[in-house]
Amino acid sequence: MSTLLKVVDLKKYFPVRGGMFHRVVAHVKAVDGVSFELEKGRTLGLVGESGCGKSTLGRAVLRLHEPTSGQIILNGDDLMTLNREALTAHRRQMQIIFQDPYASLSPRRTVAQTIQEPLDVHKIGTPREREKKVEELLDVVGLRKQVLSRYPHEFSGGQRQRIGIARSLALNPNFIVADEPVSALDVSVQSQVLNLIARLQREHGISFLFISHDLAVIQHVSDDVGVMYLGRLVELASADDLYRKPRHPYTKALMSAIPVPDPKKKSKRIILGGDVPSPMNPPPGCPFHTRCPDAMPRCKEAVPPRINVGSEDQPHFVDCHLFADESAT
Amino acid sequence: MSSENKTPLLSVRNLVVEFSTRYGPVRAVDDISFDVYPNETVGIVGESGCGKTVTGLTLLQLIPMPPGRIVQGSINFDGRDLTKLSEKEMQEMRGSDISMIFQEPMTALNPVFSVGNQMIDVLRRHKNLTRRQARELAINMLDTVGIPAPRKRIDEYPHQMSGGMRQRVMIAMALSCGPKLLIADEPTTALDVTTQAQVMEQIVKLQDEFHMSMILVTHDLGVVAESCDRAIVMYCGNIIETAAIDDLFHKPQHPYTRGLLDSIPRIREERITELPIIRGMVPDLLHLPDGCRFADRCPRATDECRQDKPVVNIDPVTGNGVACYHPMG
Repeated sequence: MSTLLKVVDLKKYFPVRGGMFHRVVAHVKAVDGVSFELEKGRTLGLVGESGCGKSTLGRAVLRLHEPTSGQIILNGDDLMTLNREALTAHRRQMQIIFQDPYASLSPRRTVAQTIQEPLDVHKIGTPREREKKVEELLDVVGLRKQVLSRYPHEFSGGQRQRIGIARSLALNPNFIVADEPVSALDVSVQSQVLNLIARLQREHGISFLFISHDLAVIQHVSDDVGVMYLGRLVELASADDLYRKPRHPYTKALMSAIPVPDPKKKSKRIILGGDVPSPMNPPPGCPFHTRCPDAMPRCKEAVPPRINVGSEDQPHFVDCHLFADESAT
Repeated sequence: MSSENKTPLLSVRNLVVEFSTRYGPVRAVDDISFDVYPNETVGIVGESGCGKTVTGLTLLQLIPMPPGRIVQGSINFDGRDLTKLSEKEMQEMRGSDISMIFQEPMTALNPVFSVGNQMIDVLRRHKNLTRRQARELAINMLDTVGIPAPRKRIDEYPHQMSGGMRQRVMIAMALSCGPKLLIADEPTTALDVTTQAQVMEQIVKLQDEFHMSMILVTHDLGVVAESCDRAIVMYCGNIIETAAIDDLFHKPQHPYTRGLLDSIPRIREERITELPIIRGMVPDLLHLPDGCRFADRCPRATDECRQDKPVVNIDPVTGNGVACYHPMG
């Protein structure tokens, strides 16, 4: 398998202005040195709580937020070195599905106009071909042709999300960032949309960066999973590995916190104390040490290195001092 | 739980709540009846628009009237019919005998008053206390709900606190007058899972300490499984099933309950390729079918279901009931 996307030490700092002259007084370190690789046709799930930087990371990878530093190598090209024009051309292969199906569709455009827009922007095909493509896309996402001339307000949340998905597929992308695509939907509709995404991934070989706060949703769609905390990836492994044997104390706490829909299985819960520290002033050393049940003196001083606790061909990375002695090779 | 030789604290009978809209009247709650016993936690679950929130708000007569209207029914609480009380009498009731906590702690708290001021107001409104006494009691309550350094934090404003802290303040405020019934409307939906775990643990512990009954309104079946004794499932304004928690999760009777339980993404031992779904979508409340409102989406529906609406028959022994001609058995 070959690598589609390689992200190296990506950072996105947002300046915070204040004081008399509106000077930059601090930075919110939303994404603080994240590295990962995504292989063709696979899905990397990105999970974490609000404010951990997962959405910022998703947008920074597409340069929708201009990253502060780092490398984003998509299909061999470093997106960070591209100028505006070249970037627009590259946008054909990378798309995004947004969380809020109410805010991400223009209320003044019909379904047909919305889905066709990417084709118009990139001047693909004749008008007749574009129309045909739009009809095909509707079929792919499971909507009827009759909806083409309708407006977004006439649809339910689940249907709107299907329209958003159809739009993201218009240019046959090979990489899609899906930012909490089912969080705004009810469970019965959520599973319909998740099945659709899983099918697209199988049948069209599209790679997804799938962002969600819901570990169960992430497990369902992901081949690999990264866990984020305070702007950093603290654990990165194959989904099977991570769910069977979470290693980082934060991942463990996160997993144990999910309410189980079965009254007979009361889960043994790791309750974390306190709140997530401010990303404007993250703690020194390991970002999680202020809440970690296993914190050691070393955690307060040194940023933990990335350690592979898996094998060479089945890596399981964890950024934690607890595993300093377990490093494979 | 068995209901023998106990009188319910709250008894709702044939309640109908209607809202007038531009397109005609909409029955958000349509002929529902249920009981809540002392010290019991009852979950009201369902998807958006099923009427669960309106039910909770109507108990305290917090729906805007007009456009809302209680068309018929009674709400007996502790020997009095709440629908017959004057606004002044209702004000006495709210916050002292029945309290409510809301989903969004940022909008439910007043941003221009300190947390302490808001808590002291509630206490002095319902109890004959001096300012100093009320302040001491408020500090005590903040301590009880697990806010660190309550003596210092009582003078902070809502924006200075995190989401979890604000929700704890809401809980402290709701419990400060020792209510007999707490209505919690999606109390943890706006919170992250690790915070949700903290807050839910606190609510359940306090409910025990304060000997109150609780109505937990939520869409999250996981939360229901972990904290309720009994649950009511709503669909399109109707109660379609009510059962003791173990029965509901292990022997659901209504096909909708079954579908809802199946379609929750949950962490599984082995990944599956297709999540079970409920096909179709919730009907429009303005154009409801004559028969069972779930019939169009139901795998077990027959002509009978489409013609006559089934009603809930409560088994006097178990207290369970289902509105279905073809229950799962």
